[in-house]
Amino acid sequence: MVNRIAGYEGVAVAVPVTVPYERFSIRGAHWFMARALKQLVDGAGISKDDIDGLCVASFTLAPDSAVGLTQHLGLSPRWLDHIPMGGASAIVSLRRAARAVQAGDAEIVACIAGDTNQIDSFRQSTASFSMFAQDAVYPYGAGGPNGSFAFLTAYYMRTYGAKPADFGKLCVAQRSNALRNPNALFKKPLTLDEYLGARLVADPLRLFDCVMPCAGADAFLVMCEERARRLGLPHARLTGAIERHNAFPDDPVQHRGGWVMDRDHLYAAAGVGPADIDVIEVYDDYPVVCVFQIEDLGFCAKGEGPEFIRRHSFEANGSFPFNTSGGQLSVGQAGAAGGTLGLVEAIRQVTGQAIGAQVEHARHALVSGYGMINFDRGLCSGAAILAAT
Amino acid sequence: MSDTIKRPKRKNPILRTRAPTLPPERRSRIALGLVRGAALGRLELQRCAECGAIQYPPREACVRCLSQELEWTVMSGEGELVSETTLRHSQELFFRERMPWRLGLVRLAEGVSLVVHLDARCGPAPSAVKVEAALDRAGQAVLVARPAGRDTTLADEPKLRDMTSDPRFRKVLVTDAKSPVGQAVVRAVLEASADLVWAGHCEPWKNPPGWAAIAELPKTTLVPLDVTDTKSVNELAAELGFKVDIVINTAEHHRTFGLFGRAGVETARAEMETNCFGLLRLAQAFGPIMQARGADGDSSAIAWVNLLSIYALSNFPQHATYSASMAAALSVSQALRAEMRHAGIRVINMFPGPIDDEWNQLLLPPKLAPSAVARAIVGSLKGSVEDVYPGDIAQDWLARFRDNPKALERELGR
Amino acid sequence: MKQHDSAAGIEILAGFTTALTTGAIRIIDLTQTLGPDFPSIVMPPEMGQSRAFRMEEISHYDERGGGWYWNNLSFGEHTGTHFDAPIHWVSGRDLPNSSTDTIPVNDLIAPAVVIDCSKESADDADFLLRVDFIKAWEAKHGKIPPRCWVLMRTDWSKKTDPAAYQNYDEVGQHTPGPDPDAVRFLLNERDVLGFGTETIGTDAGQAAHFLPPYPCHYYLHGAGRYGLQCLTNLDQLPPTGSSLIAPPLKILKGSGSPLRVLALVPSNLAGVARP
Repeated sequence: MVNRIAGYEGVAVAVPVTVPYERFSIRGAHWFMARALKQLVDGAGISKDDIDGLCVASFTLAPDSAVGLTQHLGLSPRWLDHIPMGGASAIVSLRRAARAVQAGDAEIVACIAGDTNQIDSFRQSTASFSMFAQDAVYPYGAGGPNGSFAFLTAYYMRTYGAKPADFGKLCVAQRSNALRNPNALFKKPLTLDEYLGARLVADPLRLFDCVMPCAGADAFLVMCEERARRLGLPHARLTGAIERHNAFPDDPVQHRGGWVMDRDHLYAAAGVGPADIDVIEVYDDYPVVCVFQIEDLGFCAKGEGPEFIRRHSFEANGSFPFNTSGGQLSVGQAGAAGGTLGLVEAIRQVTGQAIGAQVEHARHALVSGYGMINFDRGLCSGAAILAAT
Repeated sequence: MSDTIKRPKRKNPILRTRAPTLPPERRSRIALGLVRGAALGRLELQRCAECGAIQYPPREACVRCLSQELEWTVMSGEGELVSETTLRHSQELFFRERMPWRLGLVRLAEGVSLVVHLDARCGPAPSAVKVEAALDRAGQAVLVARPAGRDTTLADEPKLRDMTSDPRFRKVLVTDAKSPVGQAVVRAVLEASADLVWAGHCEPWKNPPGWAAIAELPKTTLVPLDVTDTKSVNELAAELGFKVDIVINTAEHHRTFGLFGRAGVETARAEMETNCFGLLRLAQAFGPIMQARGADGDSSAIAWVNLLSIYALSNFPQHATYSASMAAALSVSQALRAEMRHAGIRVINMFPGPIDDEWNQLLLPPKLAPSAVARAIVGSLKGSVEDVYPGDIAQDWLARFRDNPKALERELGR
Repeated sequence: MKQHDSAAGIEILAGFTTALTTGAIRIIDLTQTLGPDFPSIVMPPEMGQSRAFRMEEISHYDERGGGWYWNNLSFGEHTGTHFDAPIHWVSGRDLPNSSTDTIPVNDLIAPAVVIDCSKESADDADFLLRVDFIKAWEAKHGKIPPRCWVLMRTDWSKKTDPAAYQNYDEVGQHTPGPDPDAVRFLLNERDVLGFGTETIGTDAGQAAHFLPPYPCHYYLHGAGRYGLQCLTNLDQLPPTGSSLIAPPLKILKGSGSPLRVLALVPSNLAGVARP
């Protein structure tokens, strides 16, 4: 048995699709998934029957899972998966699909993440989110993750000296990026003063530290490079991908994620280092998690995130292009599609098809995912590196 | 910021009475292990019998070694507040009505992290705290971090007051104020600053020692109440049920016969009539109207205390039919608790051992003085518990019952 | 017993019915209303207790029965205005026809005399009716006829406060009643049918200390005679001339029962105060 982890040679990622986000929709998740599938098929110039692998991530598909979707959308895949990992679903879906394609278990895999958002969706989906949340968090009034991330943010600030303005700088930059993205739900610029003066939601988190739930979907196709070329599709090469769950369980308070454990392998597999990354799309459910990812993916040491932020600029034309479509914080979080938002943006950047601002010479993009506050910490983490062809 | 309870203002009578809301009630079965300890005022967490690891949140197998020998064990609650927040917004109606709300993340000395309600008197993180289990308004167990090394009253923290049923400024009905325990309860409740005590009594020709003095107490009104008489109970409820905040049901009929010691069912029937059906009548007459006032501002209906007996747990054959009537009353009180929980009203059951009164004359000490029972009742209202076993005998029998109820059955039947 | 001929019997009965209609004969209700607040006899706590009257609705034109109202009752045989049968006392336990279902029906309608002790009872709650008082009464109203009810009027029924009615202190109850000699006299010298009182017992409140204890119960029931308790409106009756209708419920082996006691009084005599 060979212990060496196989690389992702020959895996292509193509056809980045976004179903425009809506604040509320009366339609079910199936509608958004179907729309994404249609856009994938049309964008690839293939027929629906050519999709022989399906990977799904959604919070509001219940009572269906991926299985129900096959009959609903008229697919007969020979490979099927359902990834319930929140903001890490995109990376994990990509890893699963890549292996299927490499092994020949499927030729064209559609990875679709989407959710509807109705008046009571958020309350309902958080109410049945996890056993530990039900037993040990929601009874305390913090329905939803705000309270938990407030704990993490306060701890991080106290331990490493981060200031609100540090987080604010990221949020302001992301809003600036979002203004170039017609799909973004936020249309107005955000100043640092507005960020700092916004109403408190759960101390120290304020309004602009929190995403706005919405309805929408993001999707992409995974296939072998040769197939992408034959179809004439602009595509990115997958050069490395990692995932880790429930990392560092003995940390009293989460201040780092699983990326620390596997990042060396990620970069080794991709044959690049942090300095080679031209654009980074991190999972931004809250600014403090952005700082985790910057540190844990090797761009600076633990605790030096605030200093790093102060030194860099994060717009598409800045010194550290970051969440270039605006991130969830400025585009909106369409449920499980939040993690795919960054992945499709990375595909667009390295294939030169940016909808908003294009990062020049974007040859290597790093995409990171995180998610599933099961109790007091996000359990899932993952990252992938996409390279231009 | 903390402050002792202030006298509530008179309610504006043309305003709609607020309906009760409750904190989230859903818990997995294994998480309900917390309420078993919290009902008694204990913080219990799971401890792995094989490797000793403490578990939180509650779970089905040891997080360290996967053993399923997890035992609920009393914890000291000592820990460090490692982070905190103040919620300004909640999706839960209960908390929306009480914003802002302080929460903490505590690391216990045993190495687990807890999300807790944070007492306002705790300093900012990092600081030493003591975690306790309490019952929230839904009657479910929650964890509360209190300042370490200081003796503070839960009821004095305005946000956490909802977890208690402090009699201060409240109107209390004591159903039998004439018995030795009843008299002691009236006095103890007045001492706890109740605004008004309705002292229920029947058989007006009976004038036991101390009774005349009760009538002279301030803020005390004698009201006729015979819990064996449906008409009496209904009439009193019609007259003042809508003002009662706390019912303390002290009415009991206690005779001391074994099963074969008194021919016929009449003595047993009299015990059932007072102990079980009396509670049933009171519940039917006062329960619904108290439910409607479960969230009536600062002067809401808030608690119901039943004076049961440790014999309710396991029959004491020397007082066989009395035990049976108390077991029946316990069952009825559980039904009452299920109903009242929905309105946020706590039902507290007292399970004293033998009380030092005439009917227990032949029992050897230790026996509970009526004043001790009264203190336990008032203590339970000020605290956050629902099952109280005051005194050495009660604690002893409870431990034996939990350890091996069959053994207790044999021991009592000796 | 000599039979009247049937024609005369029909006439007497018709005349009686007419007299009731015209008011020539009045009916006085000597019965307290049976309700949960009416005091009931209380035994020492370690003994078996007689139940106070209790009423539980079965339905009240509601979901428990939409078209009707009715109740279940519970009470002791000796609750409220009630009849004591000879079998009630140990001295009468072996007599024939001694329970409520076997008492001869002819005994259930009988003449009554009323001995007014109201003033004396007002002054002294422990007032005892003695032979000399009875004889003084007889001097005014004539010898007590045989087989009649002797009713001791004390106006005790006017005490509507239950505590005052029971009249307990640390040594027990204090209510008027007959002394042992008076009971023996009424039984042996006057052959009375029974003794009736307004208080909770036919015997005085302190009768446990008499010799024999509870002499009214002891002697009368021992001789197959009866008792009536918790009567009211005795002040409406003439000293002589009334008849009582006092049938207890026909309870199998009953020792007594609550009942309706009605006095038939000629209207010219009704409401006559104590001379």
